[in-house]
Amino acid sequence: MYTESASVDEEDHPPMSIAATLLRSRAVAALTSPHGVDRYLELVNPLWAANEVRARVVSVHRETSGEHPVGTVVLQPTSTWRGHRAGQYVQVGVELPGGRRVTRCFSISSAASMPGEQITLTIRSNAAVRGERSVSRFLVEEAGPGTIVHLGQAEGRFVLDESPATPTNNHLLFITGGSGITPAMSILRTLLRDGYDGRAGRKVTFVHYARSGEDQIFAEELARIAADDNDVTVHLRHDSVFSEFELRRLAPEYERLDTWACGPAPMMALVRESFGDSPRLRTEMFKLGGEASGTAEGQVAFTSSALEAPNTGATLLEQAEAAGLTPEFGCRMGICFSCTARKTSGTVRNVLTGEESDLPDEDVRVCVSTPVGDCAVDL
Amino acid sequence: MTTTATSQTDGATRRPSDKVHLTPEQLRAFGEELDAIRQRIVDDLGEADAAYIRKILKIQRGFEVAGRALFYLPPAWPLAVGALSISKILDNMEIGHNVMHGQYDWMGDPGLSSRMFDWDTVCPSSQWKYSHNYIHHTFTNILGKDRDIGYGILRMDEDQAWKPYYLGNPVYAFLLMVLFEWGVALHDLEVENIVAGKRSLDDNLPLYPGLLRKIRNQALKDYLLFPALTGPLFPMTLAGNAVANLVRNIWAFNIIFCGHFPAGVETFTEEECLDEEGPDGPRESRGHWYYRQVLGSANITGGPLFHIMSGNLSHQIEHHLFPDLPAKRYPQIAPEIRDLCDRYGLPYNTGPLHKQVGSVVAKICRLALPGRRSRGGDQVAPSAEREAA
Repeated sequence: MYTESASVDEEDHPPMSIAATLLRSRAVAALTSPHGVDRYLELVNPLWAANEVRARVVSVHRETSGEHPVGTVVLQPTSTWRGHRAGQYVQVGVELPGGRRVTRCFSISSAASMPGEQITLTIRSNAAVRGERSVSRFLVEEAGPGTIVHLGQAEGRFVLDESPATPTNNHLLFITGGSGITPAMSILRTLLRDGYDGRAGRKVTFVHYARSGEDQIFAEELARIAADDNDVTVHLRHDSVFSEFELRRLAPEYERLDTWACGPAPMMALVRESFGDSPRLRTEMFKLGGEASGTAEGQVAFTSSALEAPNTGATLLEQAEAAGLTPEFGCRMGICFSCTARKTSGTVRNVLTGEESDLPDEDVRVCVSTPVGDCAVDL
Repeated sequence: MTTTATSQTDGATRRPSDKVHLTPEQLRAFGEELDAIRQRIVDDLGEADAAYIRKILKIQRGFEVAGRALFYLPPAWPLAVGALSISKILDNMEIGHNVMHGQYDWMGDPGLSSRMFDWDTVCPSSQWKYSHNYIHHTFTNILGKDRDIGYGILRMDEDQAWKPYYLGNPVYAFLLMVLFEWGVALHDLEVENIVAGKRSLDDNLPLYPGLLRKIRNQALKDYLLFPALTGPLFPMTLAGNAVANLVRNIWAFNIIFCGHFPAGVETFTEEECLDEEGPDGPRESRGHWYYRQVLGSANITGGPLFHIMSGNLSHQIEHHLFPDLPAKRYPQIAPEIRDLCDRYGLPYNTGPLHKQVGSVVAKICRLALPGRRSRGGDQVAPSAEREAA
């Protein structure tokens, strides 16, 4: 019986157990050196992997409609997926038309997963920025069953950080806005799934702000959760902004509650203000594309060196050197790639082509890239 | 004028001042025209380029697997060697060399990223990228700067002072050809600079671990594991792998030596490249850099298959102008580049493989003997072949 159920997914998984162990062995690594076994497996079947993680889209369904619809994408990862803790996010790389693979981070909306288990991402389809195609739009509106995406392993510390061996029954508070609901939803779903008799087993206050009733993600499921006797109180707020006043009404003594907050930057600023420096508040920010300003405005952050300097409009390499850093470089004219470094946020302009790019986590040649406004680079 | 006329250049007719000179205005215009060509291609990069390199990758991996498998059939030994040779040539040239130039970095695929890719040779990719992408491509054919002029062991230019050691020029060249991957791997240790006292042995210490690891991995795979997997056929497989490496060495050497050493290719002094005033003193203008790349490179004519097998280094001129454009684009822009060179009166050095190789061999032998460029030679322009490709 078990072998039958295993064979159903045969196509999606590399040959299991013994073969997988073999594929990950040092002998196979030596035989496939210098490219690695995954570079061969992927040519046979994109869902065969010994180390990398890829996933097949099982289905996509809409949570909300409108100009920026939200969709939930169900993914079947390769057996190399190590599972995730509720609240974590994952890097998703998609091949966009034009031969370019673009990678973005998305929170996982499904309950905590075991290795190789299906996960869901719930994503708002954002408009393309300056002609760059949007990963979120691709996943929500263009991807369909069978689309292959590249995954990382789950990351992030926005999780229920207590030991499963010694669970507590503390009152938990979630404050979310817009699509920031996804990691909190993953935690809530996990609590209800793993709790005894469908209960969270502890008091949970779930406060969510959506622009309108039509924009409410997971509306049906949240209504069901609110109606059930499960220790969870759900407060959905439409057409209103977060206020400390309201929070105190919904959860008196909120400063003493273990709190998870995720939402757009203006809301998060208000939440932080309300909590002061309470260590009980855990936050997760969305990465939004930086506002492009003039060429010599903003701050340049050199993240590895923990340095920051006002943007002078010179190339990142020159600015790094002016700040006293000695990044690796070669030709200083954009041909040798010796100076390639990771830009983690902000917009840069390629001085050779005039092309601007605001992709987060992008490798740029710092010798021919000038920051446009605020910019952070891994130097 | 053709490259067969190497005897004309014999010894010594050219010196730096014999190069076609462009005025600063011409250099600027020349650079702008090339920038425009580059921009047009960059804007056009897309699915077709991605599909092409993935297809080549698939073909290469196919030949590799076929080659390894065919060693189990002793009568198919020559086929196995052939398939593995093709695999290694494609891996090193059309894929490795080009990917490591960052030609496909725009695709965002880690498997085709210049930072991640490593190739099927004993030379570690990181070390090669420094000496090749930076030193050679930035300082192309500048004597004393570009270590690819003679690779520190050969005399490939009249302006390299002769010493009795160079009597062995042809022998060294032959050995370098046969052991090419090892030559490329050891190139970064800059042994000639250590001998000359410009570099200390300690400077090489950080290079050893990566180099030894790569050598170990390559040797383990080709000379122990794969032969062992064929059991009693061990010696045959071992010999086959060695021959495949040899075939790749000979092929790569010949293609690469045709890139910068045929007759008519110019070298430069550091001083003559400083043609404009920069904020920190004299520097080379972008136009002059392009000009130097054209004069310092030579192409090889041939069919589409030949171009693929040469990693499109048969379009060395286009490659040196735009090292980070996907190589498949070089044949496409070659007529335009050639036309541009014609308009500016610059030589566009090209010819079939046998002519270019012949010219290189002649130079290797000629420069084994003493003799510098004679001053006041009568040759007007570089002896570039101008016949149709």
